[in-house]
Amino acid sequence: MKEFTQHTGIAAPLDRANVDTDMIIPKQFLKSIKRAGFGPNLFDELRYMDEGQPDQDCSGRPLNPDFVLNQSRYQGTSVLLARENFGCGSSREHAPWALDDFGIRVVIAPSFADIFYNNCFKNGLLPIVLPEAQVDQLFHEVDATEGYQLTVDLERQVVVTPSGESFVFEVDAFRKHCLLNGLDDIGLTLQHADEIKAYEARRRQEAPWLFGAIK
Amino acid sequence: MAGKTLYDKLWDAHLVRQNDDGSALIYIDRQILHEVTSPQAFEGLRLAGRKPWRIDTNLATPDHNVPTTERAGGVDQIIDPVSRIQVKTLDANCDEFGITEFKMNDQRQGIVHVVGPEQGMTLPGTTVVCGDSHTSTHGAFGALAHGIGTSEVEHVLATQCLIAKKMKNMLVRVDGELGAGVTAKDVVLHIIGVIGTAGGTGYAVEFGGSAIRSISMEGRMTICNMAIEAGARVGLVAVDDATVEYFRGRPFSPSAEQWDAAAAAWKELVSDADARFDTVVEIKAEEIQPQVTWGTSPEMVAPISALVPNPAAESDPVKADGIRRALQYMGLTADQKITDIQLDRVFIGSCTNSRIEDLRAAAEVVKGRKVAATVKQALVVPGSGLVKAQAEAEGLDKIFIDAGLEWREPGCSMCLAMNPDKLGQGEHCASTSNRNFEGRQGFGGRTHLVSPAMAAAAAVAGHFVDVREMMQ
Ligand code: SF4
Repeated sequence: MKEFTQHTGIAAPLDRANVDTDMIIPKQFLKSIKRAGFGPNLFDELRYMDEGQPDQDCSGRPLNPDFVLNQSRYQGTSVLLARENFGCGSSREHAPWALDDFGIRVVIAPSFADIFYNNCFKNGLLPIVLPEAQVDQLFHEVDATEGYQLTVDLERQVVVTPSGESFVFEVDAFRKHCLLNGLDDIGLTLQHADEIKAYEARRRQEAPWLFGAIK
Repeated sequence: MAGKTLYDKLWDAHLVRQNDDGSALIYIDRQILHEVTSPQAFEGLRLAGRKPWRIDTNLATPDHNVPTTERAGGVDQIIDPVSRIQVKTLDANCDEFGITEFKMNDQRQGIVHVVGPEQGMTLPGTTVVCGDSHTSTHGAFGALAHGIGTSEVEHVLATQCLIAKKMKNMLVRVDGELGAGVTAKDVVLHIIGVIGTAGGTGYAVEFGGSAIRSISMEGRMTICNMAIEAGARVGLVAVDDATVEYFRGRPFSPSAEQWDAAAAAWKELVSDADARFDTVVEIKAEEIQPQVTWGTSPEMVAPISALVPNPAAESDPVKADGIRRALQYMGLTADQKITDIQLDRVFIGSCTNSRIEDLRAAAEVVKGRKVAATVKQALVVPGSGLVKAQAEAEGLDKIFIDAGLEWREPGCSMCLAMNPDKLGQGEHCASTSNRNFEGRQGFGGRTHLVSPAMAAAAAVAGHFVDVREMMQ
């Protein structure tokens, strides 16, 4: 997994609450059996005027000029500002894959849906929860200043604005450790294989019907 | 010391390791795999040279994009090339890793959340995961079940564990008696209307109270299925006699020798009388009417007798804006009657409402009646091959076909429109599924979530009607 330590990049405001995973990556694109290549279809229904098809070359499709990521001042965005309950809906991991493939490294919002929040960490993407008032302030600043960039320092757990103001955010210590070091969850868990085996032996005693039944 | 909630008990029983930071490793007893969220997990295993930790905890079946029309030609005849590749990839992965799979033309194939309980794969007291958010369905049996992402599917395959954090406890208590024509679907839509689509975020929600206990296992599944639409990854109902009886004689259930021990263990799976919940929501069963969603989020729901809301009457500007946006997308006007919403299509199916009881309820309404001429299509898609066979044995297929509905092969179908069953732009659909997000059932499609009986009534009338009027 990709490491995440510090990142500075252009921020774009997606001013809409309850952005769901269907909106992030519509379901017709879920049929791929790969993990990469979802970027061109990120926010497909908001971004293009036509209905997107899988395996289509998106370069010639009519863009929706009103959609924030299509505006020239937000080209190269890597920090997405969002509203409450971002990522609600299905458990599809294609949503963080699409954000990542597009080049987003950080999403800042007042709240996230649980599964999406989880999935971000597993894919080297950092979701940051800031209080509504601070998110509002960032929305205002980004709107007022072309080329507005934010710096995110995971080690120090801060978001720093161009004027040097910084906002502290919370992040789970284990997730932080994994993200900072690019550690893969499976390898970490397998370090505890003995504990898993010990549990399993107990479970086999207590609930033998859960062993060997599915065949 | 306060007693434990059902969720606390399930959590404690599966704890392999508690980390200092609050995260934990919990043991997973059962994983269900389908074609959409598993290929990248198997790919990950292969790339890392890993093998599944246990084979006998996994069951696979393709459901999300199998065609629901004639499919005797097998997987090679799936027209959409991408769907075909996904189904083939699932078959190949299960063969390679030795995982039990109910393939497309196996009679036991169906929607993951219908098949798991039907086979006795899901059992009380188990942890169940699946790469699909509606895995909360299985909580109806006192199982700790939640949806996971593809990385987690791979993690469970490789380690039999999941990294998780304990959630908070919420109790939604529905007391009283449900009126005639008011079903489990109406109960859960009403609950979502009360607590909102994010009301359950961070919680494991237990549904309790006398009204819930009076609901069948199938209805309980409908309720837990939609816990996720209230933001809760986990929905639960305590085990009672109905739960235990449900599993008697199912293929993967405990054997005759193991049965008594299993049943005794299952009976413990209730919240203690002095258990502490972080939040309690109380609802009176008598207040619940048949529900219809009018907007683009499951919380945008109203009783059948109501009017479509008026944004001008909403004091919160963000909410008012949400209503305005939803009405525009849905092509509705403020203050119009819900019963004046005309329908283009009707979909009876999905993991929320495609079990035999759902089909019986719908058949009872359409029996001897006809689908309205203005309705272009009314689909009935059973949840599994076994449900389909049962329905046919009861003659339900005939009732549907005689009334002008289409009788299909099992799968997710129009619930998410990954197969050819979808809505056209601007079309209104009365759907028994669980999500009414923009574009969910097809680009520009307008979904109204309802119970099977209400969908059937709408098919006959061509617009929404109070099914209770048709039951007299
Ligand atoms: S029926 Fe719909 S909600 Fe259920 S598993 Fe299939 S796609 Fe998901």
